[in-house]
Amino acid sequence: MKQAHLITTAALLALSPFAQAVNKHEPAFSRVIVDEFEARDADEGTLAAWEAAAWYGGDLNKLYLSTEGERLMDNGGETEGFETRAAWSRAFAPFWDWQIGARRDWQPDDPSRDWASFGVQGVAPYLFESEATLFVGEEGLTNLRLEAEYEILFTQKLILVPAVEANVYGKEDEELGIGEGLTDIEAGLRLRYEIRREFAPYIGVNWERQFGDTAAKTRGAGDDVSETTLVAGVRLWF
Amino acid sequence: MTTSPLMGRRHFVQGLALGAGALGIGGLGMSPAKLLASQGQTGAATLSGNTFNLAIGGADVNITGTTRPATLVNGSLPAPTLRWREGDTVTLNVTNYLPETTSIHWHGLLLPFQMDGVPGLSFDGIAPGETFTYRFPIKQNGTYWYHSHSGFQEQSGVYGAIVIDPAHADPEPVDRDYVMVLSDWSDEKPEQIYATLKKLSHYYNFNERTIFDTLRDFREKGVAQTLKDRHMWNTMRMSQSDLADVTGYTYTYLLNGRSPNANWTGLFKPGERVKLRFVNASAMTFFDIRIPGLDMTVVAMDGQPVKPVRFHECRLGVAETIDVIVTPQSKQAFTVFAQSIDRSGFARGTLTPDPAMSAPVPEMDPPPLLGHTEMGMGGMAGMNHGDMKGMNHDGMSHGEMNPAEMKHKGMRHGGDNNVPFAFVANNPDLAPRNSAVQHLDSEYGPGVDMRAMAPAAMLDDPGIGLRERDWKVLTYADMETAGGPPDSLMPDREIVLHLTGNMSRYMWSFNGIKFADSVPLELHHGERARITLVNDTMMTHPIHLHGLWSDLELGDGRLLRKHTITVKPGEKLSYLVRADAKGRWAYHCHLLYHMEAGMFREVRVVDNAAAKEARS
Repeated sequence: MKQAHLITTAALLALSPFAQAVNKHEPAFSRVIVDEFEARDADEGTLAAWEAAAWYGGDLNKLYLSTEGERLMDNGGETEGFETRAAWSRAFAPFWDWQIGARRDWQPDDPSRDWASFGVQGVAPYLFESEATLFVGEEGLTNLRLEAEYEILFTQKLILVPAVEANVYGKEDEELGIGEGLTDIEAGLRLRYEIRREFAPYIGVNWERQFGDTAAKTRGAGDDVSETTLVAGVRLWF
Repeated sequence: MTTSPLMGRRHFVQGLALGAGALGIGGLGMSPAKLLASQGQTGAATLSGNTFNLAIGGADVNITGTTRPATLVNGSLPAPTLRWREGDTVTLNVTNYLPETTSIHWHGLLLPFQMDGVPGLSFDGIAPGETFTYRFPIKQNGTYWYHSHSGFQEQSGVYGAIVIDPAHADPEPVDRDYVMVLSDWSDEKPEQIYATLKKLSHYYNFNERTIFDTLRDFREKGVAQTLKDRHMWNTMRMSQSDLADVTGYTYTYLLNGRSPNANWTGLFKPGERVKLRFVNASAMTFFDIRIPGLDMTVVAMDGQPVKPVRFHECRLGVAETIDVIVTPQSKQAFTVFAQSIDRSGFARGTLTPDPAMSAPVPEMDPPPLLGHTEMGMGGMAGMNHGDMKGMNHDGMSHGEMNPAEMKHKGMRHGGDNNVPFAFVANNPDLAPRNSAVQHLDSEYGPGVDMRAMAPAAMLDDPGIGLRERDWKVLTYADMETAGGPPDSLMPDREIVLHLTGNMSRYMWSFNGIKFADSVPLELHHGERARITLVNDTMMTHPIHLHGLWSDLELGDGRLLRKHTITVKPGEKLSYLVRADAKGRWAYHCHLLYHMEAGMFREVRVVDNAAAKEARS
């Protein structure tokens, strides 16, 4: 085999008098996408909410960074909490990627939480953008998160996006007031107008509700377990 | 247009004078004024002789109203038309004034592979500031073209026509002879276009299905049928309107470097025989060409003479050339209309007996939608032309075909003469296979989003958007190389390649294997190989083999000699290649961004003994 290889190489060199090999290097690309950057008219005041991601890499392997969170804009402003994630994404099927990484939850008044993440993301039949991620935290905490999003085109530029996200905890997180089982569902309906593909203002409505033990704990603390807000924001990418 | 043709041109290629000065064209024996004056009818100078000095450099052009940087040859868009004579040896001194490596590939020319101009295969490329001298004998005649094979320079202007006069008298003398270079210009940088496709592959498609299309289908086709059709597309996760990756959203389509508004104009006298040499020099665009009110007669394709056929419209693939003759009899103007396959824009020009006259510009057709044929479900298999008219493609569904029938339809058309499939142990492209339509294991991975179930012979299919025409649309099946088969009909081996891709990831490949992961295909010097292509994607791909002729098998012992062969979605076709030129040759899809993404192979023509030894 080795000899055969040498002969092939020798034959090749005889054919090509120049040194430079054909460039087979695969270039890397990057994309930053701010999917949601919006104001919400919540009961406690105006909330700023964001959901953004960036990736860098080639066709099959990408590094993903993402963040989402909320910040109260009234009364001097206070970040309610946000999370940051980093993941290595690997394509394994035409429409699906594995994602392995880490997540950190930051909360100003509570301890932060660190998680390892194991996820799959892609486009399900019927063109649902889907994501399922299992987070494994310290002290046996687990969080399964399911997300789906769909695009309904009214025109080439006016697009309605229903989206839903659900969280399930495998174990109670007493410090943070999160119970076992289904903790919360968030659903949104956003109507965006793509002035350019890269830049689209939108309006919409966002609905959040807690369930089970989590809801009970929230009720016990005298807070609402459900909230519906109108939102206005901008989606952009580059 | 109220401006004179000269003023219009001057205004249009604003970079011309500037660029010429910067490039030092004066030093190459051409004053900018002479260059401008010799633009003539084509928008590009015609240079003839044996020795040529070509300077590739940056220049500004203004196609759309905005001045944008281009890469040009001798400061003109398109590059100068090169007029050669068969039997001569030409010398071309190509100087690189760009800050990056450049090259010129002589598309369709038979020449030593070191002169073929593909950096990494033929030579190292031309470094900035360097001059490379190409020298080769001209063994053929006809219409060809040349372009950069480096980066995306072809998109930004490095392309031009080659016209080779026959050594002896032209058998088809004409009164006038026009080169018609079709191309696609974008104010965006090509690197930006490619990056955008990698980020959001449908970015340039503004013909996506809306909810109102679905409501209309409910009314017209019924709810059940609509849901059935939608089910198929939605489970495949494919867009029915994905006919072109890059569209009129960013492209301005040019004829001889002139936008539709700038209206390239060619003169004729009624009764004259006028030859139009169409060259599709675009990076990504298939053009459907017609001249309302005039029929055309094809006399050559890809530079090679064909038995004449009269037709009214043809689809010209990227990198193909077609020579037609028109004989306008009346004293009236005619519009040369070339709309893009996805109907997002058109190139246009005018043939007229009087520069003051012009003709109406037709409306573009509504954009066609992909159907079962494009899905590779054999929708067109076994049907002739006439039967296609009025056929309701949407009426068929997926479930109605049984696998046995599909297998049958996928069988080789024409005479199957038990040609063995090429097998090379260390080349995944040449893994063992039982049939040409069989999908290799390498086709099952993240880079391939669909596989044709029943690829079919479609040489007589005019293609999507042209099937319901009331007039004659030229197809490959209509043509045949003049003088009968130019070479043997009997191949020694058969090499099967499936055209594959993943639209949403913007990955393109052969057999699911990108160029970066591929092994060169070896042809044995002197052998007659059959290459069978199966298109497993929903896009049309123009496949170009450098240095060797591709003799398309039309059946019934007929061949069509070409250098670039367009393969429609769901199509299976075969061509014969005489491996009569040793060396390293490029073989690729001529859609520029598909090539860049990996739909590319190196083909090596080597001595049979060496190949055998190397494999043992």
